[in-house]
Amino acid sequence: MVKYIFRRILLVIPVMIGVSFLVFTMIHFTPGDPVITILGETASQESIDQLREELGLNDPFLVQYFNYVKNIVVDQDLGRSYVTNRPVTNEIVSKFPNTLRLALLGVLVSISIGIPLGIISAVKQYTWVDNIAMFFALIGVSMPIFWQGILLIILFSVTFRILPSSGFNTWQQMILPALTLGTGSAAIVARMTRSSMLEVYRQDYIRTARSKGLGEFTVVVRHALRNTLIPVVTIVGLQFGFLLGGAIVTETIFSIPGVGRLMVDAIRQRDMLIVQGGVLMIAFTFSIINLFVDIMYAFLDPKIRAQYK
Amino acid sequence: MSVYNEKRQSLWLETWHRLRKNKAAVIGLVILVFLILVAIFADVIAPYDFRAQDLNATFVKPNSTHWFGTDNFGRDIFSRVVYGSRISLQIGFIAVGIALFVGGFIGAVSGYFGGIFDTLFMRLVDVMLAVPTILLAISIVAVLGPGITNLMIAVGVSSIPSYARIVRANVMSIKEMQYIEAARAMGTTNVSIILKHVIPNTLAPVIVQSTIGVAGAILSAAGLGFIGLGIQPPNPEWGSMLNAGRHFIRDHPHLTTYPGLAIMITILSLNLLGDGLRDVLDPKLKD
Repeated sequence: MVKYIFRRILLVIPVMIGVSFLVFTMIHFTPGDPVITILGETASQESIDQLREELGLNDPFLVQYFNYVKNIVVDQDLGRSYVTNRPVTNEIVSKFPNTLRLALLGVLVSISIGIPLGIISAVKQYTWVDNIAMFFALIGVSMPIFWQGILLIILFSVTFRILPSSGFNTWQQMILPALTLGTGSAAIVARMTRSSMLEVYRQDYIRTARSKGLGEFTVVVRHALRNTLIPVVTIVGLQFGFLLGGAIVTETIFSIPGVGRLMVDAIRQRDMLIVQGGVLMIAFTFSIINLFVDIMYAFLDPKIRAQYK
Repeated sequence: MSVYNEKRQSLWLETWHRLRKNKAAVIGLVILVFLILVAIFADVIAPYDFRAQDLNATFVKPNSTHWFGTDNFGRDIFSRVVYGSRISLQIGFIAVGIALFVGGFIGAVSGYFGGIFDTLFMRLVDVMLAVPTILLAISIVAVLGPGITNLMIAVGVSSIPSYARIVRANVMSIKEMQYIEAARAMGTTNVSIILKHVIPNTLAPVIVQSTIGVAGAILSAAGLGFIGLGIQPPNPEWGSMLNAGRHFIRDHPHLTTYPGLAIMITILSLNLLGDGLRDVLDPKLKD
């Protein structure tokens, strides 16, 4: 098990090197000169040349990339914003907790609605309960989160005036963004849980458990659920990535100061180091989440554990 | 007609017969065909020019002359939603086309040849998968700039990894089949084996993934439009329309209602059809 975890942790390193290279290359070849973004169109050629040299932009591409990575690893330095001249690391670190909190709340909504709904649907397969649950799941999967956010604001902030439509400091302010972000993913989790549960339900050991005279509740909770959860954990892990992406859109709807909004504003101002840092930060978080998912997977699935004994 | 062609036709015919029995899939297909027709005949259907402003008739509520009302510039929302179908469907299908072409190629080569190709391509796919799809699309748009072509490329490229993986997994299982060995023994070239035997046999999962993929691509493009990085005004893309309308939701919610409904119905139809196709084409569920 320790061997498996260790191997899996090591795998994050090449992926992150790959992501940093991909993003650095993309941003490097973006049309537009960062020096002009910093100094403005009217800057003299002399000051342009000087800044260019200071920023190391005259170095060969690979040297620039190597320096960028070295600064991140050694000093946790992602460079300075072209627009505000503040360190990118500070900008991102100050905004990141909001994005992470939003994504985690989204996952919470997704799991607490999705898994029970999927189980009930599978246990009551082909009844009206199943039909209604799956109808809503289908609507949930098809509903764009940005429209859902707007509808929730219209309903709870404009019509009933019970929840605020912007900000992210109090728990009241967190309800609508969390629901907006989480329900679509809850629908996906519900569908996955249902089909996984149905598959487990057909297994012989479930029949055995029933024939032992166990109640349906015990059969579901003690015998079926654990095996059902293995694929569900994978989906929840994948959903986390989707939710980190969705957080960008949700932050725009509810004016939440997170990494997503920071990046969108940075793109408009061509502040590419912020964009680069934001992508890296989110990709890194996503890789760590995937790492946890894989480890959890090993805990849930004895077959994987056995491979590394 | 050769036996091979006959067999192939009967397979598609069988698929169609099975799909017809799935009510939800048929509803999805009918809605999708309807939307495609709306997109094709947008010029005939839309009563107004989607750009035409009438500053004397802003924020008009839905009525008999303006079915979906007008927006903050007095533009007819119905006409804009109708033209928007053209943009959204175009982006959805072309982006998936790009993803399918590139991802399919990568997946087929990786799966069939293995070795260094496989290692290289799959590590690239791992790296791309480490960035959430919408974020990858946002980064590509940040690099390329806004515009419909760039949006198609951004959404298409960001969904390459999922197609590459599906095709690779299928190719790997197919290449072990006896008929591939037979073809190779007869001296058929690799290219010919891939084109004639491998690709046709990976079509089923690819079709299912593509149908649902078009929905995902439309959603991504609309999401980019919503955060202001997609199609630029005055072009009527549904996501950008929602973004423009959200500033007026307190007093004029109709600005966001109809583009939102349009996106949802489109995605719903593609999901219904995709689910149906999965049931029909997935051999595990056939019985």
